[in-house]
Amino acid sequence: MSKRIEINDLDVYYGAFKAVEGVSLEIEPRSVTAFIGPSGCGKSTVLRTINRMHEVIAGAYVDGEILLDGANLYGSGVDPVNVRRQIGMVFQRPNPFPTMTIRENVLAGVLLNNRRMSKGDQDDLVERSLRGANLWNEVKDRLGIPGSGLSGGQQQRLCIARAIAVSPDVLLMDEPCSALDPISTLAIEDLIEELKQEYTIVIVTHNMQQASRVSDKTAFFNIAGTGKPGKLIEYDETTRIFSNPSVQSTEDYVSGRFG
Amino acid sequence: MTTAAPAATTRASAPNRPADVIFKAVSTTAGVLILIALAGVAIFLVAQAVPAIIGPLPDDDSFWAWVWPLTFGTLWSAFLAMVMAVPMAIAIALFITHFAPRRLASILGYAIDLLAAIPSVIYGLWGIAVLAPFMQPAYAWLAENLGWIPLFSPPASGTGRTILTAAIVLAVMVLPIITALCREIFLQTPRLNEEASLALGATRWEMIRMAVLPHGRSGIIASSILGLGRALGETMAVAMVLASAGAVTFVVVGSQNPSTIAANIALRFPEAHGITVNMLIGSGLVLFAITLLVNAISRWIIAKTTVDGGR
Repeated sequence: MSKRIEINDLDVYYGAFKAVEGVSLEIEPRSVTAFIGPSGCGKSTVLRTINRMHEVIAGAYVDGEILLDGANLYGSGVDPVNVRRQIGMVFQRPNPFPTMTIRENVLAGVLLNNRRMSKGDQDDLVERSLRGANLWNEVKDRLGIPGSGLSGGQQQRLCIARAIAVSPDVLLMDEPCSALDPISTLAIEDLIEELKQEYTIVIVTHNMQQASRVSDKTAFFNIAGTGKPGKLIEYDETTRIFSNPSVQSTEDYVSGRFG
Repeated sequence: MTTAAPAATTRASAPNRPADVIFKAVSTTAGVLILIALAGVAIFLVAQAVPAIIGPLPDDDSFWAWVWPLTFGTLWSAFLAMVMAVPMAIAIALFITHFAPRRLASILGYAIDLLAAIPSVIYGLWGIAVLAPFMQPAYAWLAENLGWIPLFSPPASGTGRTILTAAIVLAVMVLPIITALCREIFLQTPRLNEEASLALGATRWEMIRMAVLPHGRSGIIASSILGLGRALGETMAVAMVLASAGAVTFVVVGSQNPSTIAANIALRFPEAHGITVNMLIGSGLVLFAITLLVNAISRWIIAKTTVDGGR
């Protein structure tokens, strides 16, 4: 289930603008990797290239390769739709489908791949996914209400349940807690710790305490100035990044001396 | 309580600012004028229609027997037009918002808006001079080969000026309204919902089904009702295109076509006198009631299907 990600010399362009330059890093399976850095440094962009979601923006393309257990996601003939079915994503703001019930939201991705699924299997999957997202006990009696009726933190966990229902190889999280209160944030962080047993997780966060709490390794991205491409400055064990980084600008950033 | 009391006193003693007073007066007058106009129209229709409704009419028919074929023709032609226009409009709006390259999309958008600017008499001319002769062979073919379907029972019209031709003209006329509104609604689909479905591995069409159409559902209904309102009330184009015989029939390719209320009023009113005027106005009252009913139903549907929390 969990796969290894290898990014080799990745450049990302939005039309003529080069947003990210020369990123290379390896992400181990069953680990949590945090992407940190100032706004506009390209960390979300790099995250989105891992499931080819950057292509939603017209004119965006990449140069370089991303290997998922050795298979190039950008090889010729690779359908981005299939890439996204293997690599789940959780967004900044909770985005359950407003017209669907909680149950339908969880099943949304699965039913895309597999229309014929018995009611019993569906029930099992809904329960398993919601349990996996620590949401089952809160919603088990009201699976028929719209997903938008839940609180923000519950909605975000519903989105995580929706993402893990399709049994992805990798789970990408783009600032999953930035719209949540501290209690809900804690719930999500605990959940990330559990999900790590099964999935390769990459998380973008602006919250450095969060990065140090949840991640095994941390990648620090920075940008030389507006209009310049973002670059990967340092990638190392999280403990090392936050205690004894080898690059000066990393130390300045994590200690809050610039921002 | 202690905090509320001073607030109340300030409100009570708030000065009457001249601009506020003037604005309130102007907007209140405007609102009341609308009601007066509406009430005036309704009173006029009812008052003038009563003599026709209680009868007696010249040819011994009841008013309702006389107005029924017209009502049927109005509803049937509008229905046919909607069946053609709504799916087409949704498809065009989706193409413009989600499939077309940006340049083509904006050109298409302008072209659609331009369709709305064409006067209905031009549509009538086009229908009578171009569309009817063009469609006639098709009608003949349909009557000959698919005549066993009640819609296409022979004989086919020799001129092509059938209710189907009128409905096609109506469909073209309501298309821009529905398309323009649907386009706006589809553009407002929350990006988050679109990305949610794409990130789950949805194809473009699956994304539209999961995110765009559910979000636009009430808007699609609202725009369709607006289009329906126009189709029900359209006068000139139908009056020109349709060769009517006052029959009640579902056949869409024949020469025995029902007329519509609005077209009938336009064609008959100039020569009408005495009780016939009251009959025509009475049919106008029926049209008024139908439109009112359609609007009420649409509001009810919109209220039921509107979903919040999408953004």
